[in-house]
Amino acid sequence: MTRQPLLEIENLRVGFKVYGGELHVLDGVDFVVNKGEKVGLVGETGCGKTTTMKAILRILPQPPGFIESGVIRFHGRDLMQVKDREMRHIRGQGISMIFQDPTAALNPVFTIGQQLEPVIKYASPENRRLPRKVIRQKAIQALRDVSLADPERLLKAYPVQLSGGMRQRVCIGMALATNPELLIADEPGTSLDVTIQDQVLRLLHQLVEERDSSVILITHTLGIVRQMTDRLYVMYAGNMVETAPTRRIFTNPLHPYTQGLMDAVPKLTGGGVAHGIPGRIPDYLHPPTGCRFHPRCPHAMDICRQKKPSFYTVEEAHQVACFLYDTSSGADSAPARKEALA
Amino acid sequence: MKLLPFIGKRAFHAIFVLLGLSIVIFVIARVMPGDPARVAVGAHAPDWVVQDIREQMHLDEPLVVQYFYWLRDALHGDFGVSLVTRRDVAQDIIEFFPASLELALFALLISAGLGITLGTLSAWHKDKFVDNLVRVLSYMGVVTPSFVFAILFLLLFGYLLHWFPTLGRLSEDVARPPTVTGFMTVDSLLAGDMVAFWDALKHLVLPALALAMGSMAQEARITRASMSENLNKDYIAASRAFGIPERYVMGRFLLKPSLIPTISIIGLDFAANFSNAFLVELIFVWPGLSRYGMNAILRKDLNAISAVILVLGVVFIIVNIIVDITVAKLDPRIGLRSARSE
Ligand SMILES: Nc1ncnc2c1ncn2[C@@H]1O[C@H](COP(=O)(O)OP(=O)(O)OP(=O)(O)O)[C@@H](O)[C@H]1O
Ligand code: SF4
Ligand SMILES: [Mg+2]
Repeated sequence: MTRQPLLEIENLRVGFKVYGGELHVLDGVDFVVNKGEKVGLVGETGCGKTTTMKAILRILPQPPGFIESGVIRFHGRDLMQVKDREMRHIRGQGISMIFQDPTAALNPVFTIGQQLEPVIKYASPENRRLPRKVIRQKAIQALRDVSLADPERLLKAYPVQLSGGMRQRVCIGMALATNPELLIADEPGTSLDVTIQDQVLRLLHQLVEERDSSVILITHTLGIVRQMTDRLYVMYAGNMVETAPTRRIFTNPLHPYTQGLMDAVPKLTGGGVAHGIPGRIPDYLHPPTGCRFHPRCPHAMDICRQKKPSFYTVEEAHQVACFLYDTSSGADSAPARKEALA
Repeated sequence: MKLLPFIGKRAFHAIFVLLGLSIVIFVIARVMPGDPARVAVGAHAPDWVVQDIREQMHLDEPLVVQYFYWLRDALHGDFGVSLVTRRDVAQDIIEFFPASLELALFALLISAGLGITLGTLSAWHKDKFVDNLVRVLSYMGVVTPSFVFAILFLLLFGYLLHWFPTLGRLSEDVARPPTVTGFMTVDSLLAGDMVAFWDALKHLVLPALALAMGSMAQEARITRASMSENLNKDYIAASRAFGIPERYVMGRFLLKPSLIPTISIIGLDFAANFSNAFLVELIFVWPGLSRYGMNAILRKDLNAISAVILVLGVVFIIVNIIVDITVAKLDPRIGLRSARSE
């Protein structure tokens, strides 16, 4: 089955200027989401998941952030080249995002209605001409869609007056109010306690199924990934290191980092990923040369310190960025090493 | 937020603040070196005249008794007779107070309007030319005392270019409108006298501008700081991600939270401009309260000093209440808290 790509990222490099130098965070990210596909994205904290998503929507804080290179295509259009006006139309109806921290994503000095209504109003040229009353009705419906009780009253409430779970639902409702083709969900529910998180995720799952939009779901909770996504990306220190159909990655992880991640699964209860691998994510001021995972990798070779591995296709739809799977360079004995790994 | 109980509570507090202030004023006035009665009648008056005055002013009674006499009179709006001008102090205040208030209010309009505009431009073009220019100028504005601006403007726009008058509140050949509010601009408008209005307005420009420079610089800096901080907040990124137009995001979602710190500063600046304007008032021969108060201090005119300080105290308290109400109205986090603590 050949599917049409909806979003393609090639070799995206993003840095941050900080006191003392430049953080080289995204180190050539390659990433694809096909139409209708639900893609998971996992990786330990600080690996650049949110940064990648913000780059897609062109909402990176600049400064300090800056894009060094890369191409981001949505429906084949290069998002970095499109005019601001056009980008505005892509945002909302094309791509929308549920932010990681619902408290930070809601403006503290405006009511929910004052924030939600413009989202609906500016979603499309047609909506802009709608009378206020109709927009309000749509806002009420958006809140009802995320199972919030008493939406009329909620519209008049300020974020401080809501519980964490309600804020998260409001954020989901806002992101879905524009009926986006591609929904980015950045760790929804992480800030909530486990039962409420579970409710919120189940709700999100159901809403996404109903609409059959494409989804990028970032999460630390691998159980959710398994339930909700078709394909999974594993990210490490600013690189996508492996992607495959979700079930495949769970049964047959190839990248040493992914393997460590899966080993750690039983210990995962919503906290940090990859306690199974010794070491920490590298310092972005002076990242390791070559494969950024080499200081922590049990299989590191000489070449790993010199060259950065690109994606090698191991099987259809299973790609891994690791020299262990480099079958192209003839003299190499990659298959043998692969066996050694198994 | 319920406005009335809030104001009521603050007014209740204010009574105690004012009582405390009145005690301080009274004590300071009475312990100043020199015999107020002697100062009042002059060095060459015979002793029995001095004694007469002493009795009139109850200066021979214990301090506590003197205070209650003084307080009783003050509550009746009777601050006694100026020991120097022999005029009723209350009469003096009524004459000079509106002139200062009009000047300070005009300076507030200029400084808030320009300060917020410059700060906003600066934040939008952070680290670009506009920002650097505003930063240099506002730094100069903060470190330069207002009397320097006053002299500069007087020489440049007054004597050299003849753009604006430099003396008093109204030209000599313009008939003074009947006093209603004491504000020359308002009174001339009330009288329908446009000639007087424009003349009064022109007289206001230079002293108000001189007074406004420092606060404008301060307000520009605060606005820039809070705005460029908020510019990187997730709620701004979120509004953009939903496709809301940039001018809406900037003019509403960014502006309102960013203005809250600025408004507190505007209040402080206004109160400071009101009480510290004596050099500017002196330079432009503005018949204001600051100049009156300064003269009173130089001449040990006790009754006048006490009245001026008390009036300034009331102004400070009222400004504070207005600032608190405005901030609570703008920021529901504060508004709700103060409503809950009722
Ligand atoms: N505004 C910023 N200023 C400076 N550095 C930043 C900024 N935003 C991100 N970074 C850097 O980029 C790195 C990646 O951040 P990002 O938020 O993308 O991580 P993440 O994968 O989303 O992590 P988490 O799971 O904790 O959300 C951080 O470690 C940080 O060093
Ligand atoms: S490329 Fe080398 S260092 Fe990187 S994961 Fe593979 S074996 Fe380890
Ligand atoms: Mg993140």
